[in-house]
Amino acid sequence: MKYIVCVKQVPDTSGKVAVKPDGTLDRASMATIINPDDKNAIEAALALKDQNGAEVIVVTMGPPPAEGMLREIMAMGADRAVLVSGREFGGSDTFATSQILAAAVNKIGVDEDDIVFCGRQAIDGDTAQVGPQIAEKLGIPQITYAADIKVEGKKVTVKRMLEDGYMTIETQTPCLITAIKELNEPRYMSIGGIFDCYSKPMEVYDFNTLKDDPLIELDTIGLKGSPTNIFASFTPPQKGAGEMLQGSDQEKVDTLVGKLLAKHII
Amino acid sequence: MAEFKNSGEYMKDFKGVWVFAEQRQGVLQPTVLELISEGRKLADDLGVELAALLLGDGVEGLAKEMGGYGADRVILVDDPALKDYTTDAYADVICKAVMDKKPEIVLIGATNIGRDLGPRCAARLHTGLTADCTHLDVETTKYADFLREASTLDVDNMIKIGKIKMEDRNLKMTRPAFGGHLMATIITPRFRPQMSTVRPGVLKKAAYDEAKAEAVIVEKYEVEIAATETKVVEIVKEAKQLVDLIGADVVVSVGRGISKDVEKGIALAEELAAEFGGVVGGSRVAIDSGWLSADHQVGQTGKTVHPTLYVALGISGAIQHKAGMQDSGCIVAVNKNESAPIFEVADYGIVGDLFKIAPMMIEAVKAAKAAK
Amino acid sequence: MDFRLTREQELVQKMCREFAVNEVEPIAAEIDEQERYPFETVEKMRKLGMMGIQFPKELGGSGGDTICYSIAIEEASRFCGTTGCIISSHATLGAWPIFKYGTAEQKEKWLRPLISGQKTGAFGLTEPNAGTDSAAQQTEAVKQEDGSYILNGSKVFITGGGIADTYVIFAMTDKSKRNRGISAFIVDKDDPGFSIGKIEHKMGIRGSQTSELVFEDVHLPADRLLGKENGGFKIAMTTLDGGRIGIASQALGIAQGALDQAIAYMKERVQFGKTISNFQGLQWMVADMATKIDAARLLVRRAAFNKDHGLPYNKEAAMAKLFASETAMEVTTKSLQIFGGYGYIREYPMERMMRDAKITEIYEGTSQVQRMVIANNVIGK
Repeated sequence: MKYIVCVKQVPDTSGKVAVKPDGTLDRASMATIINPDDKNAIEAALALKDQNGAEVIVVTMGPPPAEGMLREIMAMGADRAVLVSGREFGGSDTFATSQILAAAVNKIGVDEDDIVFCGRQAIDGDTAQVGPQIAEKLGIPQITYAADIKVEGKKVTVKRMLEDGYMTIETQTPCLITAIKELNEPRYMSIGGIFDCYSKPMEVYDFNTLKDDPLIELDTIGLKGSPTNIFASFTPPQKGAGEMLQGSDQEKVDTLVGKLLAKHII
Repeated sequence: MAEFKNSGEYMKDFKGVWVFAEQRQGVLQPTVLELISEGRKLADDLGVELAALLLGDGVEGLAKEMGGYGADRVILVDDPALKDYTTDAYADVICKAVMDKKPEIVLIGATNIGRDLGPRCAARLHTGLTADCTHLDVETTKYADFLREASTLDVDNMIKIGKIKMEDRNLKMTRPAFGGHLMATIITPRFRPQMSTVRPGVLKKAAYDEAKAEAVIVEKYEVEIAATETKVVEIVKEAKQLVDLIGADVVVSVGRGISKDVEKGIALAEELAAEFGGVVGGSRVAIDSGWLSADHQVGQTGKTVHPTLYVALGISGAIQHKAGMQDSGCIVAVNKNESAPIFEVADYGIVGDLFKIAPMMIEAVKAAKAAK
Repeated sequence: MDFRLTREQELVQKMCREFAVNEVEPIAAEIDEQERYPFETVEKMRKLGMMGIQFPKELGGSGGDTICYSIAIEEASRFCGTTGCIISSHATLGAWPIFKYGTAEQKEKWLRPLISGQKTGAFGLTEPNAGTDSAAQQTEAVKQEDGSYILNGSKVFITGGGIADTYVIFAMTDKSKRNRGISAFIVDKDDPGFSIGKIEHKMGIRGSQTSELVFEDVHLPADRLLGKENGGFKIAMTTLDGGRIGIASQALGIAQGALDQAIAYMKERVQFGKTISNFQGLQWMVADMATKIDAARLLVRRAAFNKDHGLPYNKEAAMAKLFASETAMEVTTKSLQIFGGYGYIREYPMERMMRDAKITEIYEGTSQVQRMVIANNVIGK
């Protein structure tokens, strides 16, 4: 029995977001973190492991320094890690990324009792697309926005959140579940885990490892192959000094509401 | 390049704009009408038909309303298997319909369901999908106007040097990233359909047109639905959970300024917060005086918040309060004292009596929402 | 020579910092105000292996080293001196003497539950009339014919008193030999005749409990003797050497935490139209404080390194504690000054940090004792 968790290393946007003059993100100047929703996915897998002893395998696509994040997740309790890394994969959009990750998961192997976990979405892109797209490529059912998960044998029951309530959904393993913050409280690394994590196995899958996988289309990976392209990117106009609204009380309020409307806040 | 049936030469086979008409328990999601209103403009710019794709069980009655907001046609798949949303059944039907009828644009509301369905379909249809868009254009002149308004880019120079090509007819999908610190416009130039999930509540709903509602064509589409691997056991509707300050999108806070009528001040804050879909917070004074419980406190000893909108009513803006809210997206301050430090961090300041201003704000926000 | 942390030590630092920010800081003011021992934090630390960081995995510890232990105390103390004190006193005063001097059976029975965090430990040496002068002990353990001991007397100012399950207690077994007549014993909280006396109200580290221990005819079987009979003084002194690394780490953390707060405040506080971080008078204060904190950290890490590598650390630990604790007092005082009136009120943590800092100059050997130790080392006796 295996739980495969797909994670992403993202810039820490909880502090100030650094933007270069050309409007792209200054990633070098920002610290990286494990994507928050992905930590809930990790915790979901580790909590199930605590119950049934399944193996937890963590997978990420990223540059070689992403190893540090994988070691941290192994210090939390994951058993082994796969780093998917290659220049050919760089610049992939969600379609391309999910193809590559699906191929990596496929290479690890998805058996009858297994579950693939992802975070709902990454804070750098906020797309929430990679999880469902991996599920599609692997041909397994998906349940997104999971706030509670029960696994009994092959039966998986998930509380799936909606804006106005929730659905309870049943499916069978193998399946893919995306986690939200409400699902659980992610654990910390343990001190003992930290002293074990560098001796746990980590494999690197590069382009050559995955290029012949049936899920990989060489035409639609990387920056050039991605179906979506960036047409333009820009920063919204800088926040100027505050504005004291003028006129009668009613005029001030009307001006304010107009401004909030223009900013799509209302 | 391998040959794909939705790429290269095949792209010209794709025509028309589609909107996924999400309904829950037979009720259309409000964002569908926003998408239809926007889709109408895109279809007009392209000179093509706008269709809504409606899936459900006994939902034909929803077609007319969508016609009234601009849909030329409603493609209806009515089947008991589609009563409640499941990823597998809905993706199956949508993908079969798209491959059969070949629309060039498919818009889906970025609801929890839309963001589950969209990526699954896009992966199967072998095309790109842009998530959570806030602005859409086909016509490049309109897009250039949008950039002039919403960015600091030198648009005219970009046109001059060919960075923006006026003849471009791709769907230009603009979306925020990094919590709005960056905006990106995305295109799907090599594959069709061009797919987008669109953030609810952003695009404007058109005026309802009764004549068009009557004229809408309902096309019943027959399709064999594949067996599903997921089963909905129950659906539970819940009133919105009490949102904590940190997660709230809008926070309306009160301070010493409400002291002359605390009950009314809090009631106004609650009403205003409810209009914005937000929660009520308070300064240290409001908590220490027992006007609000401790979990409402914003500031050094309370919580640090960064909502999209922070409204400070009668808060002077002591440093320990500012520490907890100054990174909010937009700050509105109402205070009688024009030299109150809160105005130093406010985007919009109103000098005045909150007991007069807040009711006006409530009314104005109501009116603005009704007009949308 | 390499001043960098190892990759494992870096992860320990990251983990402890996250833990401190999320679990320690939010309740720091409350446990101080209420004088409440943070049982919930200790339970969380147990799960994460923070109660036995520097002990081997075979005995239920985390397999780390003294540097990791020091880092954990430093990180916790940045936000809460109490929590730093709890980690330190449990691991070095309660557990370490059993680890170092216990028999295999004693380790299995008494140490394993301590370093796995199921139980907590404490250390009892100080008496009303025997502070720095430990030879003035009046607590006495009288050997019986069957080899067991009867313990009578009392201890004061015992960190963890009334909270801990397992105590290492020092008592005279041969009064005529003064320091060479002291023995160490393992005492269980449930031993008949052992009771908790007065619980003290303190100036700082108020979430940690400090109490009197009272022994009235406590019967201790022979296997409660730790180390050799009359060999207790050495156990006490070597234990305190290690404990000083913990207190130095606590002082270091308090100082760093106070400076972090002061710098953040200077960047937001506006006076005369600019943030007060622009004023050179304050900038120089910050520069001096940062330099002293860094020097303290180097002394602390060096002492921990020596301990981990079997090098002498008696003088090094004394220097680290002396310098770090005096730095903590100076930095908390000056950082509070930077806050002005805000520093003096309880809305901000500065006054608490200053109160917490003071104990580091006093317990586990006052600054005067540290100077004695250092002088003995450098001048010779």
